[in-house]
Amino acid sequence: MAEQFTLTDLMQILREAAGADEGVDLEADILDTSFEDLGYDSLALLEAGSRIEREYAVTLGDSTMTDVPTPRALLDVVNANLTPA
Amino acid sequence: MTAPVVVTGLGIAAPNGLGTRAYWAATRAGKSGIGRVTRFTPDRYPARLAGEIPGFVPEEHLPSRLLPQTDRMTQLALVAADWALGDAGIRPQDIPAFDMGVITASFSGGFEFGQGELANLWSKGSQYVSAYQSFAWFYAVNSGQISIRNGMKGPSGVVVADQAGGLDAVAQARRQIRKGTALVVSGAIDATICPWGWVALQTSNRLSDSGEPSLAYRPFDEGARGHVPGEGGAILVLESVEAARARRARVYGEIAGYGATFDPRPGSGREPALRAAIEVALADAGVAPAEVDVVFADAAAEPHLDRVEAEALTAVFGPRGVPVTAPKTMTGRLYSGAAPLDLAAAFLAMEEGLIPPTVNVDLAAEYELDLVVAAPRPAELRTALVVARGHGGFNSAMLVRSDQGAGARPDHE
Repeated sequence: MAEQFTLTDLMQILREAAGADEGVDLEADILDTSFEDLGYDSLALLEAGSRIEREYAVTLGDSTMTDVPTPRALLDVVNANLTPA
Repeated sequence: MTAPVVVTGLGIAAPNGLGTRAYWAATRAGKSGIGRVTRFTPDRYPARLAGEIPGFVPEEHLPSRLLPQTDRMTQLALVAADWALGDAGIRPQDIPAFDMGVITASFSGGFEFGQGELANLWSKGSQYVSAYQSFAWFYAVNSGQISIRNGMKGPSGVVVADQAGGLDAVAQARRQIRKGTALVVSGAIDATICPWGWVALQTSNRLSDSGEPSLAYRPFDEGARGHVPGEGGAILVLESVEAARARRARVYGEIAGYGATFDPRPGSGREPALRAAIEVALADAGVAPAEVDVVFADAAAEPHLDRVEAEALTAVFGPRGVPVTAPKTMTGRLYSGAAPLDLAAAFLAMEEGLIPPTVNVDLAAEYELDLVVAAPRPAELRTALVVARGHGGFNSAMLVRSDQGAGARPDHE
């Protein structure tokens, strides 16, 4: 299990799960860009979420992936699950 | 009189040619795409031959966003739709979304995708099943993905009736255009050459068990022993003749007539309903049998079904009354994709004035057909009839008329 879930990890999972929109630069600073603007719909996020759950042994719950608006918000949720208080 | 509906774009993916140009070059020359299955090892199956589309690399044609969520049949359909729209000179973004519909046929849905996800479910667990399984294997997925990719929100749907469905979808598209939709993308692509799809196909008991490509699929031959499955089909762009004229589009021809019937219950002793489907299609087009220039046969290659089709054609057109051909002997039977591909072949045949051949067939003496075998036949073609039957009693027939016959050229005004 990874110690920290990074933006790089997330982007790799998104690419594998749902590809990448041709008009979007995923290498840019996109921490606060909405998933919608990045070209990912709710199904793409659902598929990415199930891969995150599998690979990082976390439980995100059904609504997490549709509720988090940005990569930063998702990283926060996943990392909070990785290091329970 | 109802305004004519015309075809202005073709997109073809066939085992003997990917793209219209490659397909027609092979088809007019009698070049077959049937061979041993390569997509998996077929040794342990009764049927081991297929018409596979060679050289299709989806990454070369489609954005990466679409690849994880699509079966092979959908990838082929999306690319064929792109080609058809390009061929028609249509830029979907220039047309209001609700003026464009998508109505395709499907036979099986996305079997290869479904096989992978079912394997994930039973070998790893439900959390390993792709979220895209929710639609990737649906019958309607090709219509849905073409609609989304091209922003088409007009009347849309899917028709499921095995081979007959390929004509039924085009007829449904014609109906929607007559009701006011400017443009409908129609036709069908099927692709089920994967172990799960293959097992499902065996259950029809209509597959040839021959291992020899030149002997395996021989409709109307004494050696008829079932068919070879193939993958692919054609996507067509349909428009009203007014819309096509207004933008001075190239017109392949008109969808002039259509008929669909259902066979009587087996054992009833009543006549199969194929003849009626043909007669309804001709009446719908206002065309007499003597005015039909060529027939693209369903060509089941089951002796009983070949007899039914030969008798229907002889009853309508008289003994050897019309040239008959089955270019699907070069591709295998493509299920819902077969008849749209035959429609495309009919338009290309009319354009060139050449009937493509039926390959590998020696016509059995009992059939009174003028079957075009071995070599293509030059002929002036203004009309063509396409016949398609679906497992379980579906019969459909469609009469198409060339550009000249349709009166669709701008200079006819």
